[in-house]
Amino acid sequence: MSEQQPAPTADEAADAETTTDASEPTQTPVTTGAASVVRALENAGVEAAFGVQGGAIMPIYDALYDSDIHHVTMAHEQGAAHAADAYGVVRGEPGVCLATSGPGATNLVTGIADADMDSDAMLALTGQVPSTMVGSDAFQETDTTGVTAPITKHNYFASDADTVGDTVGEAFALAAEGRPGPTLVDLPKDTTMAETDREPGPARPPETTTPPTEADEESVDAAARAIERAEKPLLLFGGGVVKANATEEARTFAIDNGIPVVTTMPAIGSMPEDHELCLSWAGMHGTGYANMAVTHCDLLVAVGCRFDDRLTGGVDTFAPEAEVVHVDVDEAEISKNVHADYPVVGDAKAALDQLTEAVDDAPDAREWRQQCTTWKEEYPLAYATPENEPLKPQFVVEALDEATPDDAIVTTGVGQHQMWAAQFWTFTNPRTWVSSHGLGTMGYGLPAAIGAKLAAPDKDVVCVDGDGSFLMTIQELSVAVREDLDITVAVLNNEYIGMVRQWQDAFFEGRRMAADYDWCPDFAKLAEAFGARGFSAESYDEAADAIEDALDYDGPSVIDFHIDPAENVYPMVSSGGANGKFALSEDQL
Amino acid sequence: MSGEESTDAPEFEGPGMPGPAPEERPHPEGRRNTHGVRIDPEAEAKPRQRTAVVSALVEHEPGVLSRVSGLFSRRQFNIESLTVGKTTVDGHARITLVVEETDAGIDQVKKQLGKLKPVIQVGELDDDAVRAELVLLKVRGDEPDKVHAITQMYEGETLDAGPRTITVQITGDQQKIDDAVDAFRQFGIIEIARTGQTALARGDTPTTPGEEPGHSTEPKDSTYSDATDADDEPN
Ligand SMILES: Cc1ncc(C[n+]2csc(CCOP(=O)(O)OP(=O)(O)O)c2C)c(N)n1
Ligand SMILES: [Mg+2]
Repeated sequence: MSEQQPAPTADEAADAETTTDASEPTQTPVTTGAASVVRALENAGVEAAFGVQGGAIMPIYDALYDSDIHHVTMAHEQGAAHAADAYGVVRGEPGVCLATSGPGATNLVTGIADADMDSDAMLALTGQVPSTMVGSDAFQETDTTGVTAPITKHNYFASDADTVGDTVGEAFALAAEGRPGPTLVDLPKDTTMAETDREPGPARPPETTTPPTEADEESVDAAARAIERAEKPLLLFGGGVVKANATEEARTFAIDNGIPVVTTMPAIGSMPEDHELCLSWAGMHGTGYANMAVTHCDLLVAVGCRFDDRLTGGVDTFAPEAEVVHVDVDEAEISKNVHADYPVVGDAKAALDQLTEAVDDAPDAREWRQQCTTWKEEYPLAYATPENEPLKPQFVVEALDEATPDDAIVTTGVGQHQMWAAQFWTFTNPRTWVSSHGLGTMGYGLPAAIGAKLAAPDKDVVCVDGDGSFLMTIQELSVAVREDLDITVAVLNNEYIGMVRQWQDAFFEGRRMAADYDWCPDFAKLAEAFGARGFSAESYDEAADAIEDALDYDGPSVIDFHIDPAENVYPMVSSGGANGKFALSEDQL
Repeated sequence: MSGEESTDAPEFEGPGMPGPAPEERPHPEGRRNTHGVRIDPEAEAKPRQRTAVVSALVEHEPGVLSRVSGLFSRRQFNIESLTVGKTTVDGHARITLVVEETDAGIDQVKKQLGKLKPVIQVGELDDDAVRAELVLLKVRGDEPDKVHAITQMYEGETLDAGPRTITVQITGDQQKIDDAVDAFRQFGIIEIARTGQTALARGDTPTTPGEEPGHSTEPKDSTYSDATDADDEPN
């Protein structure tokens, strides 16, 4: 059909019906509200959507029947939301998920909240009972706009069939505009069933929001002067660098000016981690050298980050000697958690170009760079591998990294395994680290891998999962099999809710309440039951073989790595503690 | 395949990770306060709260009030009052908020409000802004003369007077209303309803930045509008 054509303008679209030559292949004309919703998605360039059917959303699905949009039926709506989220992260455009009213919509909630916390562009479409029944506690009625108001950029209740397509287009555009985030359109069944022949216009953000622009010249100049005179400057790249597609600009700025770089977790890959200026990521389980640099810098140039508490530790001791330049597209982030001495409001890509232009002389930071290198040597990411000991998770991550191309995509659950993946995989490309940061959602990994693979079919996709996290969304394996997705789930199985066990040992006198499993399923067999390939590994040799076999297999596979259950994640900054006081072992906490 | 990250480093035996312990590292002296501002810990006092009147011009669509109030509860902004009403522009409403926050908190209130999709503009009113509040007071009707006198004193109005109760209305700034309420206590206040402050900027200053009057506020020139109406009519 017409998927490759540019989206028609409103006028063109309106004309289309009367002027289109009947001999040319054409889209089926809009006849209902539901059809105009689907047309709006097509106009916006949507190629895939993730969802689960149900009564109130059936008209939309019926309209999808006639569309080229690839609908992926997920096992659970939470999976649909995470898959859409990851699809969007990898593609750099809003992912789309669908669910019916009531339980369908509430099952999306975790995924929407996750996207909100990580500023991931996503559009959720939910069915709703007919508007004539709203408020009557009808079957499967939930106040979806009420429930999701605090976790969306904005949501809409679509009460008019003539405009519902435009509303969906607006919601799609708003999700991506400026600081991205999730939007939702609640679609009462009478709106989607109603007749209309109105073609929606192109996806356009609302008039009340301001599109991002270049930063104010004066603010850029002030920041540039501060950068020029800094002796210990440090760049902090946040997720905004990746979202604004500003990776090149950010790298250029760092390299041209010889400024060391730390990243936040969502920005992993924005600076190649094997670059000499890159100190990897800072924060609770960040590298020792990143946390030393943050603690001792005299100027912190933060781009597109929100100074989350997992990054800052206690704000009182965060970068305590540093003046702060804060570049952000969202003005409300400026001085929200950490005071910005030099605020720069604007799109990261434009602002970084402006800064590159405005800085005349690179700061004299030779000694500081030397200091950062020394810290790298002092605090290496190392781990012990005694002979015949249980498999170390860090080894598994490194082996997977070695066995896959540089642009392989890694998704994760939440817990120790997530931290090991972030620490021991060397990321060199943006949009290859796909994880749940702000919300910390166990179960994100597998559905995210599904979304990522559909977004980038040519790339290797590895989900580094935990046993606990995997069990939260394991049913999505059925989808990976059905869609024949070549993904590999690497379960770092410690038969523990490991991160909690680590905290119990450190802060609750080892009272391991509800953190260990009496019984853990055989993940390899489970994988086979789903129709995927299952492998398991207990030794280093088995691990190496399983990795080879699983990556060779052309379809979904699961490797159950039985890792050392006693292994803990370090370095660690205790909650609210000073980044510079990161512990390297339990006795230092 | 080697499990060691760094091959030239000496074999690391664990547990945890290698490197100098926290007490072996240098630690900077500097500190930040709760707002992330660098401070001298000796001299720093707690950031002080103040009262601000914030006006938000919004699209008058369903749910806008709940979005605004939801924002305040979610972000734990201290709100004293909230009033809302239509403006002269079709589809617009003004929400006037009285908030009690630190400077940084008030800054956040304004910026976070500005991010809500239905919010068109946000402004904080100067101290000289015109503010008013309305209170309805229902008091016992035992001493009608005295009630009347106090009502007059506060330039109020009697809205309802019966054998048992008298209801009066007082308008004015917050101080005046507070004083009036105190003055009426002697009669025994049965019920009270206050609207909370509403406000406009003084003189030519727009209440929210760039705010423009709606068409219906333009001085009505009947000849002009008749003429245009006539133009539209087919001859
Ligand atoms: C949905 C959800 N529930 C609970 C938690 C709290 N939590 C954080 S990490 C963790 C343990 C995760 O266990 P597992 O997936 O096995 O990872 P491990 O830490 O063992 O690597 C838990 C329960 C969470 N982050 N998300
Ligand atoms: Mg585990």
